[in-house]
Amino acid sequence: MKSARLGPTSILAKAPTGIAGFDAITEGGLPSGRTTLLLGGPGSGKTLFALQFLVHGARDLDEPGIFVAFEETPARLLANFEGFGWKLRQLRRKALYFMDATPMPDLELSGDFDLGGMLAALGAQAKQMKARRIVFDALDIVLALLPGASARRREIYRLHDWLLSLGLTGIITAKAEGDSASSHDAHPYSIMHFMVDCAVILNHRVTHGVSQRNLRVQKYRGSSFDENESPFVIGRNGFDVAVANTLGRAELNVTSERVGSGVKRLDTMLGGGYYRGASVLITGFPGTAKTTLSSAFAAAACRRGERTAIVSFDSDGAEVIRNLASVGIQLDRHVKSGCLRIISARTITGSAETLLVRIKALTKEHKARCLVIDPVSTLFRAGNELTAHGVAERLIDWAKADCITLVCTSLLDDMSGRTDAGTQLQISSLADTWIHLNYLVQAGERNRGMSIIKSRGTGHSNQVRELILSDAGVTLADTYTAGGEVLMGTLRWEKEKAERVAADIAEVAAKLKRVRLDAEEAVLEVQAKSLQTELLAKQVEKTLLTRTTESRELELSRGRTRIRELRGADRALTGRK
Amino acid sequence: MTRRVTFKFRLYTAADTQNSVQALANLTSLCHEHLEGRFEIEVVDVFREPKRALADGIRMTPTLVKLSPAPIQKIVGTLCQTQRVLQMLGLDIIAA
Repeated sequence: MKSARLGPTSILAKAPTGIAGFDAITEGGLPSGRTTLLLGGPGSGKTLFALQFLVHGARDLDEPGIFVAFEETPARLLANFEGFGWKLRQLRRKALYFMDATPMPDLELSGDFDLGGMLAALGAQAKQMKARRIVFDALDIVLALLPGASARRREIYRLHDWLLSLGLTGIITAKAEGDSASSHDAHPYSIMHFMVDCAVILNHRVTHGVSQRNLRVQKYRGSSFDENESPFVIGRNGFDVAVANTLGRAELNVTSERVGSGVKRLDTMLGGGYYRGASVLITGFPGTAKTTLSSAFAAAACRRGERTAIVSFDSDGAEVIRNLASVGIQLDRHVKSGCLRIISARTITGSAETLLVRIKALTKEHKARCLVIDPVSTLFRAGNELTAHGVAERLIDWAKADCITLVCTSLLDDMSGRTDAGTQLQISSLADTWIHLNYLVQAGERNRGMSIIKSRGTGHSNQVRELILSDAGVTLADTYTAGGEVLMGTLRWEKEKAERVAADIAEVAAKLKRVRLDAEEAVLEVQAKSLQTELLAKQVEKTLLTRTTESRELELSRGRTRIRELRGADRALTGRK
Repeated sequence: MTRRVTFKFRLYTAADTQNSVQALANLTSLCHEHLEGRFEIEVVDVFREPKRALADGIRMTPTLVKLSPAPIQKIVGTLCQTQRVLQMLGLDIIAA
């Protein structure tokens, strides 16, 4: 019951335009069976938009269409839009009818007229070919021929009623300068604004010589839509409207797969490498080896056999190859094998939006899984200030959605201050991994330091490492901290040498001590021996002494007895014996 | 120069809409006044014969086509400005 009260669902039926981005903004396309007003200045892309809408219907949705041309003859239209590869001539036979309604040059006017005849003719044609879509291109031309505002109003109503009665999904294009609501009052289209169910305004501005196009849905009855201006470019396949990340979008393919950065120790520092599909930002001043680091990644990707594209805004492909060969990164064989594509975008001028579209198209064409943009800060060139941030956002968004691992370098121009601060593009907050390269000037040397400022979802080293470029490639060296300062280059080397010498000295000292101790021990041992010998001698002497004393006493007593015997004066003591 | 040449007109109308009715009335009175006895008017109702209008390249109604004498001329509108229409059709000399 409740759902029935919400009204007929046909209100929300949408007719897809086939214009990338536009269908996302309007959540499906133009209101089906209703009229859309498309306003814009000369060259803003009205005809293209309308024609693309018809082509999409005729070619892809089995909805034949009619194009009523008030401004350009069908022959000219076909010639002008041949370049988009829409096979207009082929479609024209079956599902696309062009009505030449350009006012004849010899047209004579007398009095009032109306579009009734044309609409009757169109109605017959629409029935015959079962048309579902119709475009009135440059209605303002024919309205201008009508005498007076009331006649114009009448014809607009006639047209609107006719469209509704046939249930065709219609686009009416008309010239209008600017986007200011006040100016519309003077226009005959002011009533059209109230009449139509959807109004789209195309703008074309030039800022600092750079063309910027954008589109805005002004109203859309019965549907929600993105109300902001959306930049678009006219590309090889027609319109391409940039869409910001919308809430309703499908979940991203998030993987925990890691991809090597091309520098072994950096992989270790990141706990295994970048995540697949991550966006890596490498910032640094000129000459801090941003290109080298990003190319090392590209070379590693090619070695793994992943298709890779490098978009270089600084130098030509051949230059890139030569310069990187000097640091042991060989790209030429990957280019030859077709795995790597180097796109020199130095000469591409245009808005940031144009560049993004080109990058997208080339990446798709190459089926790249890894993409290097060197430097992404080019997007920020003059004239793009307003859009660059949005473009960078969408770049990262798009890469993520397609699971492309993106490595961007970004130049920091400002040598003073802001060394670790955000980049101009402020994409640092969007990037998953942010590596900062810096110069450290110490002891008359300039050395490259590398640190990981952030890396979402991966543990990472907090240390500043020294980045060394040599013939052998890119390596990271440990740095020494002494007194709170990081040592690099020669200082680091000196420190390393000093440590080596200190170790040597310590070793020698230990050896010396051992020898000395050995000597002392030996001396003591010798002394001990001699003392023992002396002791022995003393003992011998003592024994000798005892013995001589005894013998002498014996001799003495023996002698006295003898003397007595000889004297004979005394009683021989013998008897006593 | 013969004065008895017959003028052949074809008027494409959108049924009986106001503009078409006016155009037919204006044309008829103009012919009666200036070309009495030497004109033919064929009325093609675009609503009835849309295919024909499409094929003939008729976009706006009413449209008057002067088929003869040559050159073929087309005039769009109600033909309310008689003098101007006569001038366009090269009839002002006759009228004078």
